[in-house]
Amino acid sequence: MIGQQIINGVTLGSVYAMVAVALTLSIGVLNFLNFSIPGLFMIGGMALWALLDAGIPWPLAVVGALVIAVAASLMVERFTWRWLRGAPHFVPLVSSMAFLLLFEHIAIAYWGSDMRVVPEAFSGGDWRIAGLVIGIPQLMGLLCSIALVAGLSWLLASTRTGRALRTIAEDPDTALLLGVDINRVVSVVFIVAGLFTALAGILFAINYRQVHPFMGEAVGLKGISAMIIGGMGNIWGSIVGGLIIGTTEVFAISYFGADFVDLAVFGLLLAILILRPTGLFRGMQPVRFGI
Amino acid sequence: MSGYFEGVLVLLAINVVFAYGAYLPLAAGQLNLGIAGFAAVGAYGSAYLSDTFAIHPILAIPIGAMFAGLIALLVAVPVLRTRGIYLALATFAVGQIVRAAILNLEFLGGAAGYPVSAFVGLPVVLGFALAVIVVVMVLFATRFGIALRAVQDDERVADLMGVEVRGFQMAAFILGAAVAGIGGGLYAHHFSYIEAQYFNIGLSISIVLYVLLGGTQTAWGPLIGATVFTLLPELLRGSASLRYVVFAAGVIVLMALRPQGLLTRATIQRLFDWRNPPIPGVPMASGRGQ
Repeated sequence: MIGQQIINGVTLGSVYAMVAVALTLSIGVLNFLNFSIPGLFMIGGMALWALLDAGIPWPLAVVGALVIAVAASLMVERFTWRWLRGAPHFVPLVSSMAFLLLFEHIAIAYWGSDMRVVPEAFSGGDWRIAGLVIGIPQLMGLLCSIALVAGLSWLLASTRTGRALRTIAEDPDTALLLGVDINRVVSVVFIVAGLFTALAGILFAINYRQVHPFMGEAVGLKGISAMIIGGMGNIWGSIVGGLIIGTTEVFAISYFGADFVDLAVFGLLLAILILRPTGLFRGMQPVRFGI
Repeated sequence: MSGYFEGVLVLLAINVVFAYGAYLPLAAGQLNLGIAGFAAVGAYGSAYLSDTFAIHPILAIPIGAMFAGLIALLVAVPVLRTRGIYLALATFAVGQIVRAAILNLEFLGGAAGYPVSAFVGLPVVLGFALAVIVVVMVLFATRFGIALRAVQDDERVADLMGVEVRGFQMAAFILGAAVAGIGGGLYAHHFSYIEAQYFNIGLSISIVLYVLLGGTQTAWGPLIGATVFTLLPELLRGSASLRYVVFAAGVIVLMALRPQGLLTRATIQRLFDWRNPPIPGVPMASGRGQ
């Protein structure tokens, strides 16, 4: 039974982890807590449902949902980071919160606020190993997130764009002086954030087979917790943080009931923030975030 | 007075009170994303008192606000050790924990919500809102307000000038939580029913948006922000989600064009101080035209 709980926790955790990676990339490179990410998560899931509902085949629907979410993410970039560089530090945060509201209520206006059921992706797709049930979507989700994060770390460590991003993370002004085309490079952050988040939303939709306009909030908030637990700005830390939050949640549900989950997860978050604000792994120094 | 108009006025008054709760810490440079949690403490605290001990709401609401202040005092010491984005996230966690705790407390109704039998009408709600506005205005006309403004403008310089930065930040944080608690108590006793789900992160975000849209430079900002963004959606007929779309788009456009908020010190000086109009392009030394 505990084995099955761990599998369920890891499944949920890999969704949180991907959201946390998007958040941590944004805050690590741009020093910007992107609150629109829960909205992008919802767009990924709901766009998948809407495209499937319109009779579009699975592969095309997945690609379509990703494209829509990345386009939305680039729109967020236009009105938050790019427009507001040099504005007071809270302004991009506030605008991204407004984008979250905007996305959610556009989704309600278009699709209504009801829970929608996503059709099954793979029929008969459960593996049974020694009494444990492992769904193919679950396995796929975990592999997907590990592969993507490996790709992202390679991008950051070994490519020209990655070096430019690391320079911006150190100091945007210096990066500009050194000839980094900031606007072009920064849009990479938003494309990657949109891609990761939307993919998490799609995996969530496939695994749990239901989507609704507010599906991003709970997941986004836990993604933020996962990001902090792993250490802000630390990509692999986010993965571990996501898995910790996912398993904590699953165990809290099975031993104490569903109402106890938030208490456990956010209690853990507050404890980490107070005792070790840089997270379990070396994240960025809190000094950088001084007001 | 029509029922609709009365409803809008009550909503407006409660939003203004909430806005001042978020404004106080923001005026000291701290983003409190847990305002809804403190509002919940005030709401449930006062409702429990008026229900169980038959205390009159006019007395129970301030006591509930003191509970909220007390909780803020308890979390202030560890939470205010963090700064910037970490502080915002810590307050966010506190707000979520309060909500989750209420869901697990049986004597507060848990997930089923809490019916409140005592009722306060429009005059009491307006009276409390007015009292909050007056107290904050008076407070910001004293040394307290000047010190907070110094901290907001530049923490380090304020510290060098001998301002007790942490003390003022703690005071603003605790006072803001208590004010939010008043708003929660008013909400509970006017609408006669509260549930933990109402005090969610969305509420905290909306309240913070009111304040930032109004502007944090002057104590009038929250009043203007909450008023404009409570009444504006009412003027737009149509579905509730469409109103939110307009609200959110308004926030994005306003932040892009006027990141300091609707009302700034310079605007007030330009409007009301005829003898000393601000010189364009020259930063202002103080808000009083000196």
